This record gives sequence, structure tokens and C-alpha cells, in this order.
Amino acid sequence: MTDAPIAVPRARPRMPSLTAELLPALIFIAFALVPVLAATGAETYLLSLFTRVMIFAIAAMSLDVLVGYGALISFGHAAFVGLGAYAVGILSSHGINEALIALPVALAAAALFAWLTGAICLRTSGVYFIMITLAFGQMAFFTASSLAPYGGDDGLTVKLRNTLFGFPVFRNERAFYYVVLICLLGAYVLCRMLVVSRFGRVFRGARENPTRIAALGFEVFRYQLVAYVVAGALGGLSGFLLANATEFVSPAYMSWQRSGELIIMVLFGGLGSLHGAIIGAAAFLLTEEWLSGLTEHWKVIFGPLLVLVVLFARGGLLGLAQKLRRLGRG
Amino acid sequence: MSATLLVVQVLNGLQLGVLLFLIAAGLTLVFGVMDFINLAHGVQYMLGAYLAVMFYAMTGSFLLALGGALVAALAFGLVLEFAVFRHLYDRDHLDQVIATFGIILFLNQGVKLIWGAAPLGLPIPDALSGSVLLMPGLLYPVWRLVIIGSGLAVGVILYVLVAYTRVGMLVRAGATHAPIVSALGVDIRRLFMIVFGFGTMLAAFAGVMIAPILSVEPGMGDTILILAFVVIVIGGIGSIRGAFVAALLIGLVDTLGRSFAVDILRLVMAPSPARTVGPAIASMLIYLLMALVLYFRPTGLFPARGRS
Repeated sequence: MTDAPIAVPRARPRMPSLTAELLPALIFIAFALVPVLAATGAETYLLSLFTRVMIFAIAAMSLDVLVGYGALISFGHAAFVGLGAYAVGILSSHGINEALIALPVALAAAALFAWLTGAICLRTSGVYFIMITLAFGQMAFFTASSLAPYGGDDGLTVKLRNTLFGFPVFRNERAFYYVVLICLLGAYVLCRMLVVSRFGRVFRGARENPTRIAALGFEVFRYQLVAYVVAGALGGLSGFLLANATEFVSPAYMSWQRSGELIIMVLFGGLGSLHGAIIGAAAFLLTEEWLSGLTEHWKVIFGPLLVLVVLFARGGLLGLAQKLRRLGRG
Repeated sequence: MSATLLVVQVLNGLQLGVLLFLIAAGLTLVFGVMDFINLAHGVQYMLGAYLAVMFYAMTGSFLLALGGALVAALAFGLVLEFAVFRHLYDRDHLDQVIATFGIILFLNQGVKLIWGAAPLGLPIPDALSGSVLLMPGLLYPVWRLVIIGSGLAVGVILYVLVAYTRVGMLVRAGATHAPIVSALGVDIRRLFMIVFGFGTMLAAFAGVMIAPILSVEPGMGDTILILAFVVIVIGGIGSIRGAFVAALLIGLVDTLGRSFAVDILRLVMAPSPARTVGPAIASMLIYLLMALVLYFRPTGLFPARGRS
């Protein structure tokens, strides 16, 4: 044995391929251009549709951090979205409309809920984790349903959108669109940094083999809990924006079906790529929009479509694109 | 709260518990033996109720409606198994959750398309439609007692089937060591189909029995599905005994919680906040119970032996 320092190869994240770099950039450019294109047509409709897409993309992306990078299938993610939304709604009903107050409250509420429930959920794994996150989601749902002073089952209307530094920025559809876009970009950068960091490597390692990671001296539980709290807070951000976009808050935001839809969005786009979740959210909501325009009974088409995606399109849209590319190369 | 009210609520709780057991039994077997999360189990319960309403309209006899609904639900379940579920057994839980979620969307909307969105009803058979005097001042509907009785009977039958028959032995072995059972020359796919068909029929049976009390409407399976999952997680996945105990526990806790939460809270707080907080706590109670159980026993109260 010599005292010479052992050359530890610095584990750098694999160089992302050109497409992996390019695709997210293209997505954000496309989102940035939507208002320009929308100005030529049904502006209000398109702006509100794509605002919705981006808001759910934030929630889906934060879920992707858990599901795609940590194999933590949370079936209660809608609770965080709902908490963020209720923060806006409740503050607004007391006359507080400032985003600089509502946003931190929304984030803190969601993060606190994630911390409390995560500490319990993460003791379990596999199917039990799915079920206990579902249970906590239901608890949040029923709590919201019984908030009689704040509308109970019926939800409550947010009379005025939040102001930013006292200016009614959110009340201009186009300005609000760009606020949401900036939030999406910020959330994307945060999640990206999180998963490629040293923290992210431990977290991803725990997905593959928690025992081995624990043997390396990392306390897996704490890493997972931090990721759970960050994802929860981002869910809260999504809820904050959602309440402002719809000017309405309802327990339905926290229903288990909503949590299921978020998982579907992640799976639609492709697990564990972050921008896949954005694509998935867009694909889900646009398909929903398109089908519901065709027929009132669009779910009769959408349901089997989901089954087909699961059976035949493993890896979601991104996986499908890769397969096609491989076919093209021969 | 009087003794009569308490007895009534305990009976109501038992009735809910028995209903949950009928649904959870199939769910826990499918889950335990095939490691398959079937979210569509709840819509099979709904389908049972709808089919019974349809057959009742055709025949006018409750027994024929029950029989017809069971057979039709079984046939439909097997078609689903053959077309979709069979391809999901080897997939991870995420895929199973999504695919069966798709089936929920499809069926909930499908029944709306066929039978309309308005709630339907199924009359109680004439002979069993009255009430019976259980104790002085306590009239209880006969039909609810029938539900409790038939649920308990199914529990006994299931116990005998699982504990004393050859198929039952294979099911128990399959729940803990499916690959070994398969290696010993048992056609595990056929076993899966039997278990799945049986579970479907139990869910449909629950749907038919409850149809005269509840309204038959789209989405009626969703609430009960979540409750059934709570039951099997508390009971321990794959354990019939666990499902039975947990189902009665959940039924009682939920029913008693809803009826007495406000009264109990009023002992420690002012009436008006108690009326607000009470229902919230009551509807959270079972989830709280589940979280507590999982915190102390992460694999449920009666984990099937051999499962980690």
C-alpha cells in the first residue's frame, strides 16, 4: 500500500446526447412562441390551454423526480397541488392577494405536508408506498372537503388573481403565461440540477439498490425525504399557479383520480427524463382537449388508449421516438 | 348517544365491513397471488350492480337478476383478463396502475353511455323488504341483516375453500412462492384465471347485494375501491384472514366515527367548531388508522407468511 492518493475517477454524469440537450431547449422555445402564434387566432383559448399545460407540466415533472429517478410511485401527488391552490384561495378570502405572501405560504404548506407524510411513507416501500401515499392524498382531500368556512365540497372562488409587488401582472393573460413559463423553466432547471448533482446520484442509486447505497454509508431515507419535500414543494408551486389560472379552488384538485392523471402524464412522456414529463403533460391535456371536443364520452376512447400505451408503447412518447429513430437507422 | 343508536351503528358498521370484505377478498387474492394491482376491481363491483338492474328489468326476479349478473360479470371479467390483464402480470406496478386506471375511465363512461348518468335503483325482494324488531325500540331492516349474513357466509366458504381444498392450497402456495408452484408443474396461468374470476364474482356479488340500499351510479366503484385497498393494506396483502379482520375494523371505525365524532368532540370543545371539525376527522379516521398501522407494521397486521 502506498500513500499516493488513489485516483478516483470523478464520476461525471454521462454526456447527454445532442437530442437530450436539444429537445428541452426546443420545448421551451415552442412554449415561448405560443403567445405569438396565439395572437393570430383564438388567443384567449390557446393561452389558457397552454398555461394549463405548463402548470400541470410542473406538477408532472416534480412527480417524475420521485417516480422516474427514485422509483417512489407516489399516488398522492395531487394533494400538494391542492395545498398550494388552497393557500392562494384561503389567503385571498382573507383579503391577502399578494403573490409574494401567497407563494411562500403555498410552497411552505406543501413542503411541510411532504415532510410530515414523507417521514411516514418512506418507511414503507413498493406497493405499500403507493397505498400509503394514496391514503395521505385522501386525507388531504377529505380535509379540504370539510373546510366549511372555505366552501367545503363546492370549493371557493378566488375573486382576484394575485398581485406581484402590488401590480396586477397575473391579470394580463399574456403576462401570466410568461410568469408560468418562467416558473416551469425554473422548476426544470432545479430538478435537472437536483438529479445530476451528487445528491441526485445517491438518490438514483437508491432506486437501483437501496441496500448497496446504505452500505456505502448514505442514509437512503434522508435523501429520499429531501427529494420528496422538494417534489412536494414544486407541486405546491403548480397549485399556486393553478389557483391563479382558474380563479377557483376545489377539493377535486386533490382527488385520487387527479393523482392518477399526474402519473399518467409522467408515463405518457417517458419516465426519468424530466422533459418527458412536460411532453407527457402536454400530450395528456391536448389529447383530453381534442377528444372532449369530439364527443362528450371521450373517456370511452381515452381509457383504451391508456391501455394501449401501456401495452405497446413502453417508455412513453420519448421511448417511442427512440424506437422509431433506431428503426430509421436500420 | 343511546344504547339503541350504538347497536344500530355497530350493525351498520358490520354491514359496511362485510361489503368491504367481499370486495377486498378478491382484491387481496389477485394482489397476493399474482402481484397484480387491479384498480379496475371497483368498476367490476359497479358493473355487478348495473347488470343486476338490467337483468331485474328483464326478468322481474331478484334471484334471476343476481344469477345473471354474476355470470355476466364473470364472463366480462374473464374477457378483460384475456385481453388486457394477462399481459400485465409481468409488468411493474406502475404499468398495472395506469392500464387498470384506463379501464376505470372506460367502464365508468361506458355505463353512463349505456344506462345514462342518472342513478338507478334495484328493489329489495318482497320477502326481505321489511324491518325486524331486534330489541325494544330497535327496528332494523331485514335486507341489511341479509347482507351481513351473506357476507359472513361467503367468509366461511372462502375460509374452507382456501384452507381445505387443493385449489386453496395452491392459492396459498402461490401467494407466497409463485415461481416454486409453477416449477412444480402447476399451470399457474390457469390458477390465476380461477382466482381472478372468483374475485370478480365476489365483487359483482357485493355490487348486487348493496344495489337495493345505495343508488346505482357511475363512479360508485371508485370510493369503495380505495376503501378496499385500505383494507388489504391494513390486513396484509394476500391474507384472507387479514382482509376479514381489517374489513370489519374499517367498517366499524368509519361508521362509528361518522356518527359519534361530533358528539365526542363536543365533550372537549365548543359545539360550533365541533360540528366543523367532527366530519373532517371522521372521514380521515380510517386513513389515519392505515398510516398508524403501516408506521408500526409496514407489511400490515397479518402479513401472508413468506412475503417480506
